[in-house]
Amino acid sequence: MIYDEEYETLPREALEAIQLKRLKNLVEKVYATVPFYKRKFDERGVKPGDIKSLEDLSKLPFTMKQDLRDNYPFGMFAMPMESVVRIHASSGTTGKPTVVGYTRRDIDTWACLMARTLSAAGAHKGDIVHNAYGYGLFTGGLGFHYGAERLGASVIPVSGGNTKRQILLMRDFAPTVLTCTPSYALHLADVAAEEGLDFRTLSFRVAVCGAEPWTENMRKEIENKLGLDAVDIYGLSEVMGPGVSVECVEAKNGLHVFEDHFIPEIINPDTGEPLPYGKPGELVFTTLTKEAFPLIRYRTRDLSVLHHEPCRCGRTLVRMGRIQGRSDDMLIIRGVNVFPSQIESVLMARKDVAPHYVLIVDRKDRMDTLEIQVEVSEGVFSDEVKDLQHSERQIEKDIKDLLGVSCKVRLVEPKSIKRSEGKAQRVIDNRKKQ
Amino acid sequence: MRVEQISIFLENKAGRLAEVTRVLSAAGVNIRALSLADTSDFGILRLIVSDNEKATAALKEGGFTVGKTDVVAVEVADKPGGLSRILDILNKKNVNVEYMYAFVQHSGKDAVIIFRFDDIETAIRLLQENDVKVLDGKTVYRL
Repeated sequence: MIYDEEYETLPREALEAIQLKRLKNLVEKVYATVPFYKRKFDERGVKPGDIKSLEDLSKLPFTMKQDLRDNYPFGMFAMPMESVVRIHASSGTTGKPTVVGYTRRDIDTWACLMARTLSAAGAHKGDIVHNAYGYGLFTGGLGFHYGAERLGASVIPVSGGNTKRQILLMRDFAPTVLTCTPSYALHLADVAAEEGLDFRTLSFRVAVCGAEPWTENMRKEIENKLGLDAVDIYGLSEVMGPGVSVECVEAKNGLHVFEDHFIPEIINPDTGEPLPYGKPGELVFTTLTKEAFPLIRYRTRDLSVLHHEPCRCGRTLVRMGRIQGRSDDMLIIRGVNVFPSQIESVLMARKDVAPHYVLIVDRKDRMDTLEIQVEVSEGVFSDEVKDLQHSERQIEKDIKDLLGVSCKVRLVEPKSIKRSEGKAQRVIDNRKKQ
Repeated sequence: MRVEQISIFLENKAGRLAEVTRVLSAAGVNIRALSLADTSDFGILRLIVSDNEKATAALKEGGFTVGKTDVVAVEVADKPGGLSRILDILNKKNVNVEYMYAFVQHSGKDAVIIFRFDDIETAIRLLQENDVKVLDGKTVYRL
């Protein structure tokens, strides 16, 4: 079912005309209101008036995550604070989060895009949505919440955690749409089984899963174990939150990008050169309608590919492939963004441990686990077990405090972590093998 | 009256202990006493050896993390009540034993007990005041 028939099935020409008009407005606006963009445009010698066609987009400078950090917290806002009705933030890489703002109209646009998203997944008015995305600074919970309400569905704002209670509510409230991360979907099925409940006997018809990378194999497992259709969604708080793109339940083959609101590009992550449809590379987004926090050519670091073949669902929107990885070394652990450099900074700050470490990421009982092996140095070594264990717990606490992610620290012998030529291998991600 | 003990960090995996003994053997170092503390992930090997300098250098060369700690060596008669008497003395004055290990040189003769204290000064004074035979380093390394 297509929520916004007019905009989601526009002929290419009409869509591009809308994109160009909106792009021109956007460029004028950010140049006039955001000092960062004015400076970047000037450095590149490009004026808003130079944007005469969609191809001219490539004349504009990229925006990097570091730019958002440099302008923390509100420096990238294009509207005065009085017009900003909502603030969200994502986990940061240097202790500082990435902050995004929304005007009333942005919230309205977002709700509309999330209604489109849920509708593409097969949800409709009258559905009961069990929303297990986290509520709070994270965009997942509230994004789905507003979208489901806009669609005319009933929302259960259950948020994350307390899985047994969630199972109880599922039994009693008979929700029909599940929204959560793919790993949590599988975790729910396992906990239900422990409670003697076959998840497939519940009333769910569809699960809308995202916020972390997953695979076709996981989709099959979720669909088999939960007895529903599972579709992939994509979004990131900088660009909007969830609601940037979604798979249609009809094809489950690539995520339709809501191009009337976002222009996707695929670039070569090394050269920045735009790549044609069908070539894999880094996803870049330009927001066309956001008021408070517009973005010009934001480099997501997510690797994907764009396809424009017509889809059986009737949408004319371009489709992006499942995220294939990152063009940087960011890890997503239980929904939290983690860079190895952050772990390194925690270890370096301690002074008593060697900066030789390796992160081992795995998935046990459906949940991501992070083990950090650190080579023991004379500074941290002690002849007493309790001292060494105390050091391990201390590092775990430091990491939890800075990154908000729980981990297990394990001291290992010096030189036991493989040194490779050139760039050290800091991460072993066993999830990819699953 | 202190004895120097060396300690070595070992990962809990096959062959690591053998590697330590191989390194010490190659360096011509004799082990006088040892104890191994273990957890699920790692172990700490504590050794009293014939030559600390030589042992430490060889082990570091072999890539091990080596620490040095002062411990107290006490000689007690190898008969019932020997250890109990010492622990009583310490307990009465609230001196905590972090860990300890013992070895007997010849059955029926004296036993040597190695103690690790937080407050080593007080412990040595107490033991000597109570006529416990505290051994000095040189004696222990040569045992």
